[in-house]
Amino acid sequence: MANMAQAIRMALHYAEKNYQLKDVFGQDVGAPLGGVFTATQGLETAWNSTLDERGIIGMAMGIAMAGDRCVAEIQFADYIFNTIDLLKIAGNTLWCTNGQYNLPLTVMTPVGAGIRGSVYHSHSFDAWASRLAGWKVVMPSNPLDAYGLLLSCILDPNPCMFLNPKALMRVRGEDLIPGEPADERDLKNLIDAPIGDRSKWKAKWPAIQEHLVPIGKAKITREGQQITVVSYGRHLLLCNEVADQLKAEGYSVEVIDLRSIYPYDWQAIKNSVLKTGRVLFVNEDTDVTNFGEHLCYRVTTELFYHLMAAPKVLAGKNVPGIGLHPHLEDNSVPQKHEIESLIREICAEVP
Amino acid sequence: MATNQFGDLDKKTLTQIYQLMVKSRVLEERLIKIYRAGESYFWIGGPGEEAWGVPLGLLARKGQGPAFDFFHLHYRCTPTLLSLGLTMVDSIRLMMNRATDPSTGGRNFSNHYCFPQWNVAPVTSPLEVQYPIACGTAHVQKRLGKKSITIVTGGDAGTAEGDFASSLILASRKGQELPMLITVQNNKWGISTSYEGQHGETNIADRAKAFNIKSRVINGNDPVETYIALKEDMEYIRNTGKPAFIEAHVSRLYGHSSASGANPVQNEIDPVKEFEQRLLKAKVITDDEAKKTWADFEAEGIRATEQARSEAVPTAESVWDHTYAQNENADWRKF
Repeated sequence: MANMAQAIRMALHYAEKNYQLKDVFGQDVGAPLGGVFTATQGLETAWNSTLDERGIIGMAMGIAMAGDRCVAEIQFADYIFNTIDLLKIAGNTLWCTNGQYNLPLTVMTPVGAGIRGSVYHSHSFDAWASRLAGWKVVMPSNPLDAYGLLLSCILDPNPCMFLNPKALMRVRGEDLIPGEPADERDLKNLIDAPIGDRSKWKAKWPAIQEHLVPIGKAKITREGQQITVVSYGRHLLLCNEVADQLKAEGYSVEVIDLRSIYPYDWQAIKNSVLKTGRVLFVNEDTDVTNFGEHLCYRVTTELFYHLMAAPKVLAGKNVPGIGLHPHLEDNSVPQKHEIESLIREICAEVP
Repeated sequence: MATNQFGDLDKKTLTQIYQLMVKSRVLEERLIKIYRAGESYFWIGGPGEEAWGVPLGLLARKGQGPAFDFFHLHYRCTPTLLSLGLTMVDSIRLMMNRATDPSTGGRNFSNHYCFPQWNVAPVTSPLEVQYPIACGTAHVQKRLGKKSITIVTGGDAGTAEGDFASSLILASRKGQELPMLITVQNNKWGISTSYEGQHGETNIADRAKAFNIKSRVINGNDPVETYIALKEDMEYIRNTGKPAFIEAHVSRLYGHSSASGANPVQNEIDPVKEFEQRLLKAKVITDDEAKKTWADFEAEGIRATEQARSEAVPTAESVWDHTYAQNENADWRKF
């Protein structure tokens, strides 16, 4: 089973062969490294940019303007902040030109904590990205969705942001990508670059096939009747674990993997909350003007009379950074026991 | 006719440059009048950059797609747009934020042009962002191999932004040089802040030299010197696939924008009047022809204003249009 880094690599390979993807670039994206998470190893179109985030985003916009498809990587989302006005312009170019210039480009960047990455390798970007009008923003929780969402981003005529949870880059999924060898050792031998001299190495790509996850479509990963938990990225896996554990105690938890932050699948949330009457939103971005707050606001205003308990958001603390020591990181971003406690608390509330 | 002072440019070319320079000046002054009459909210434009901008538009390979030249311009680019084929009425539609404005549909400021049919990328208010974006179109042109080039323009004050340095670096990497004409129109002002006191370099063009980019400083108030320099550098870029840099010294004749009054300044060279005097003295044009040129464009400007005034403005409902391609819904209330 592919891990998320391999899934991203295979999606990019599929796109350069089938979608006329012409450029995959960013710092250390090309040979010999193929990305700090190895997600771009062995690609024909991958090249190393200057260490210049604004140069990377600006160039991606120009490539899109000239009509070619590209995927630009910002090595860590922590370093994307100095590009924010270029991202804004990329999102408003179609609107400002009254529909004349669309910019079909994809920016991918690893996000979130979970690898003891300290202050500048732990940032989240989903709340910030949700404010970039004109962009589509996605965040997978497993390799197959990473493959399908990235392909959908590359095909989309709008600027798309692919946020990959860095803590999941080595995590394997439960489903094979169509065409992927069943034995993960075979896949590794085919597409993982060897340690040491790679100058003569070339990837041997399996006959992978198209698999698209539509942008804007959520997925129910655990069905339940008592409470809805909405999450995405690495915290989705924690929510699944908590739902499974609580099932033994008789709790019935429905977990929704939102997968797309914008546009988002309101109908999936709405239908679930209409059924359960209780909802918890979980993500690790800081909790002031958090994207979960928007969803919570919408549930409160549109589904108020269907609620059995106050909806809640569990997100990162609004502190300036993620501290390196585990005491600091673990007390900054949501932990599994906090998800569990809040589910119990919401379920215990009597209207 | 004495042609030497005109660099062997023929009468037809000289007359064409002159007429477009006058047209640009008349149009910009018309835009200022529209602002003063309360028929627009803001003016910013390019009076003083006619001698630079007109040859730039005339010499480019005009068309759509990467086989043709790309333009990443700043908001003083009316002379270049007119040389590419912009009509007065389309500029005025933009100024009066009409729904018929082909650049933005009434959404953006004056001179924030966008014409995909001529590869004119949208002009943005943030300064200097056009420089790294230009590297992207040049990258695609280089891959295509049709000898098309990317042209980027901006002011002197904006060169303080890191994006300016980004473009010099991206355009000049050894073995990966980009076919770009990188230019700066140095009018010695950044809104109200003068050039002196903000620059340590002798010339802005010297910064390009540090990256081994062919570089020069020209008198951008002289359309003949500009024409010859642009022609040479465009040929160099097409032939070598490498970038060239031009710093053009230009005037700023009505201040920064309407925010600073848009009043005429008296102590800077007027490139249109100066070129007109040279043409008259050399008998390339006659006094009557000059007067008729100004009068004809003035009349065209009045007609264009009346036409734009009569046209529809954007509807309130259109605010969501083109947030996403193919007008896909972007309003979360409808998800």
